[in-house]
Amino acid sequence: MTHAAPETDPAPVGLGTGTAAARAVDLHKIYGSGDTKVSALDGVSVEFWAGQFTAIMGPSGSGKSTLMHCLAALDDATSGEVFVGDADLTKLGDKELTRIRRDRIGFVFQSFNLVPTLTALENITLPMDIAGRKPDRQWLDTVIKTVGLADRLSHKPSQLSGGQQQRVACARALAGRPDIVFADEPTGNLDSVAGSEVLGFLRHSVKDFGQTVVMVTHDPVAAGYADRVLFLADGRIVDEMWEPTSDRVLDRMKNFDGAHSVPAHSEPAHAEPAGV
Amino acid sequence: MFRATLKGLLAHKLRMGMSAFAIVLGVAFVAGTLVFTDTLGSSFNDLFRQTAPDVTVRPAQASAAAAGGFTGSDTRTVPADVADDLAQLPGVERADGNVTDQGTYIIGKDGKVVGSGGGAPGIGGNFNDAPAADGSAIVTITQGHAPAGPNEVVVDEKSAATAGFALGDRIALVTSGAQPSVTGTLVGTIRFGESGNLIGATLALFDTPTAQQLYLGGADAFNDIAVTGDGSLSNSALRDEVRTALPAELEAVDDAEFAAENKDQLQQGLSFITTFLLVFAAVALVVGTFLILNTFSIIVAQRTRELALFRALGASKSQVTRSVLLEALVVGLVGSTVGLGLGFALAAGLKALFSALGLDLGEAGLVFEPRTAVAAYAVGVLVTLLAAYLPARKAARVPPVAAMRDDVMIPESSMRRRLAGGVVLTVIGAGLITYTLAFDGAVSALGGGVLAVFVGVALLSPVISRPIIAVIAGGYPRMFGTVGVLAKENARRNPRRTAATASALMIGLALVTAMAIIGQSAKSSVDDLVKSDLKADYVVSNAVQTPFSAAIAPEIAAVDGVSASVPFRFTGAEVNGEQTFLSSFDGQSMSEVVTLNLLSGSVDMGSDGVLVEDGRATAEGWQIGDPVTVVLPTGPADLRVAGIVKSSPFIGSEIVLPPAALEAGGIAPVDSIVYIKRTAGADPAAVQARIDSVLADLPTVTVKDQDAFAADQRAPVDQLLAIIYALLGLAVIIAVLGIVNTLALSVIERTREVGLLRAVGMSRRQLRSMIRLESVAISVLGAVLGIALGLIFGISLQRSISDEGIAILSVPVTQLVVFVLLAGVVGVLAAVWPARRAARMDVLRAITAE
Repeated sequence: MTHAAPETDPAPVGLGTGTAAARAVDLHKIYGSGDTKVSALDGVSVEFWAGQFTAIMGPSGSGKSTLMHCLAALDDATSGEVFVGDADLTKLGDKELTRIRRDRIGFVFQSFNLVPTLTALENITLPMDIAGRKPDRQWLDTVIKTVGLADRLSHKPSQLSGGQQQRVACARALAGRPDIVFADEPTGNLDSVAGSEVLGFLRHSVKDFGQTVVMVTHDPVAAGYADRVLFLADGRIVDEMWEPTSDRVLDRMKNFDGAHSVPAHSEPAHAEPAGV
Repeated sequence: MFRATLKGLLAHKLRMGMSAFAIVLGVAFVAGTLVFTDTLGSSFNDLFRQTAPDVTVRPAQASAAAAGGFTGSDTRTVPADVADDLAQLPGVERADGNVTDQGTYIIGKDGKVVGSGGGAPGIGGNFNDAPAADGSAIVTITQGHAPAGPNEVVVDEKSAATAGFALGDRIALVTSGAQPSVTGTLVGTIRFGESGNLIGATLALFDTPTAQQLYLGGADAFNDIAVTGDGSLSNSALRDEVRTALPAELEAVDDAEFAAENKDQLQQGLSFITTFLLVFAAVALVVGTFLILNTFSIIVAQRTRELALFRALGASKSQVTRSVLLEALVVGLVGSTVGLGLGFALAAGLKALFSALGLDLGEAGLVFEPRTAVAAYAVGVLVTLLAAYLPARKAARVPPVAAMRDDVMIPESSMRRRLAGGVVLTVIGAGLITYTLAFDGAVSALGGGVLAVFVGVALLSPVISRPIIAVIAGGYPRMFGTVGVLAKENARRNPRRTAATASALMIGLALVTAMAIIGQSAKSSVDDLVKSDLKADYVVSNAVQTPFSAAIAPEIAAVDGVSASVPFRFTGAEVNGEQTFLSSFDGQSMSEVVTLNLLSGSVDMGSDGVLVEDGRATAEGWQIGDPVTVVLPTGPADLRVAGIVKSSPFIGSEIVLPPAALEAGGIAPVDSIVYIKRTAGADPAAVQARIDSVLADLPTVTVKDQDAFAADQRAPVDQLLAIIYALLGLAVIIAVLGIVNTLALSVIERTREVGLLRAVGMSRRQLRSMIRLESVAISVLGAVLGIALGLIFGISLQRSISDEGIAILSVPVTQLVVFVLLAGVVGVLAAVWPARRAARMDVLRAITAE
């Protein structure tokens, strides 16, 4: 199980060792019923350590987005438990879930999801506005400086390039000092230069600010920026990799794309412990 | 979050403008109505204030109705020596006798009545310079001098100017006194009060002996006496003092009492206008509710991603709901503000219209009470919030995860509750309508039933619209190929939206249809009634709707070729404590010229009998011979039921008194109508010409034969219908805007789809016609639903009031077909702008749009 992880690889994750920012226990998510029943998550147990940058990889339909949605209090699981900090999301009502999303979680979306009518700065402070909180001015300045948007703050999203928009989205995710940032294919709509800027910035936020980041991606290059990569297939965690490089990830992907399909279907249900 | 909402609002000004338009119209009606009636009220208050002396002495009034003028002119008078005695009282400065007549019209050089349209009285009387309670002169000479001697007359300066009279001109007047036609030399012009505003009335004054000769048969008496204090006593103390000096048959009221009596009477008169206009405000707002509901539903659907983002970023459900409601609040506030301004314009327009009709409200500005603003904002904001509430609730159901997916739709709430509600309401409404018709229930129950069916059908409309659209658009695929198929499916793909859009048109058309049926039925009924019940060959009536001299009927009776000339009078009195309109005629003579359907008793009323309509008789439990007490100005008259007749417009009221009882009760003998029968064998044209010559001096009084009389009776129906159509037209315009709005937003929503169709080869023309066809299907759906409901309502309304003069049901089929065709045209027009917009879309950008 995940408890073993720090022992096998203690070096890159000195910050926050021993504290899970988020974790899932035997998570199931089933869509539909009867013949059309699809099991998107099939008993996933996983922990995300504070101050770590984790990438979740897997082919389309492997359940990686569903896993993230469940962890991020965006979607509810069919069974199992999800913790953000020590709050069990599966036991909370809409009000508490809203509060958790608002105060403890940050999001970066594939399609940026900026409000087109607001300026860059207004978009960045939107979560605080929603919460009715004053932004921490100093922290806000730090974040804005880090993403390099100081001269673009009064621009509307339509006046920004894709990379700039995504950096606004990153700033928005970080501005409220969330416990954990979830990024859903953050580079999916970007060219490689803009993509590496955004990834560099996420990496930077983990290293310098101690931010916890969980990123769903199917780009091995993006995964190479992470401290750790989890591989999902058919709703289960099938492997993990510490201190990945894009080449190693690519190899692993090729490898396991071909290899996993046979055992995954032949295994008796829940026989193998999910996760690592 | 609020900032995001407001900025989003600003980014969609056009869309908001269209939904706000409905609010603007509704609020404009409410505000316009209030401003106008306040203005009217204040004009009349000014009038009364300028008319009321410190204390008025007059014959004792037996009831409030009589005091307020409901019973018409009082024949009783105050002897002239009373004025002399009062002038001697301590505290009294002067006492001036007034002679007043409400039916003295000035005849212009063209032979027509000057001014005085819209039923405003032509006032005649004696000239004096007695002051009003506020010290100002009631009447002042502005040119020339006061009238002196039997040949001199002064008129108000406005009438003189309108007619082009100069001092020294010989002018003709018509009076309702014993001498109907009078001429005199104009020796001066006068101004009434400070402003000269008579609210459409005209004023012609003689010296006192002449006025007494004309109106009081030469008696040295007055209709009332204006007592002016010397300032040592308050008006109420002066009144008490005056009272002690008066005999029992006279009474005294101070200026406050006088104004209050008139105000009550006025308010009843104005309440009709107020109600009429407010009904249309309500229609506009109800139709507007659908438009706003739809607009907000679509906006919420379009903003799904954005709302999901808010939710993902930590906005609570209630924050999302509030943000949509905030948007509605802003729309409501803006709409109400604009509506308030437009309401002023509307009131100004109404004022101008009334002035054109002869009811001039003077130079004074419009009256703005704070209540008007409160009502305008309350109505506008409340309706908008109410309409936006459901979409706002729906917005809260957007799952946060939708921010991450492209294909998430807002979960639709089940239609089951809506259907159940619709069925229940429709059934209740239908039950109420049936009950009302079957058991002769109150019209208010019918109204409740109609409203319930309206709401019920509106709720059911998403379900019933699908099959109806399938029929309406059934020919599309064959006629228009693929474009037709797409248009048909587009009209069916979102039944809620289609139905809500069509519902707005449905309401407007249902009302128009019901009105058309009632109007047509009323006209047919008039024709039928004239044919069946009018035995008279000619009818004499007054064009200005005021009574005329009783001397006319005997004059006509003497005309060669006339076998009967029967006068008909109107008045009002209190019967059993209730203000009731009364008519008066001689029963036996009347039965020769009009069919009186006698149910029991006799039409011969003698001097103390009354005829009662069956409805009132049943309500009061009256039998033949039962006593009836009618309170006339002189006091209660004890009469008995002589006969019970079937209700008929020719009887004109619920209770008929013999003319003798009216005169004994102190009501001036003036006639409203004279029915004339020709001697058998006389030449119709020659007889009419001879009657005409009798009336030659009286331009306000005209004689008509049966056909002209029927046309005369139909005319007001057409006028009223024209006004109602114009006002309901506004509701239809709102509905059309609703269609434009829905189509435009659907086009935006289907950007990607439109792009795809263009990419695979659909031409702009085809795209435009696809949208046009969808629009036509929606508007024809609205028209069909509306006309179906309108038929039900019109027919049941006609049935329920069939004994009130609308006995015959007549459905204007051609007109209804025209309505449907017009709805099709409306559909084409509504599609122009959205179709152009869709056609102009850049294909590549449309496909890649999010």
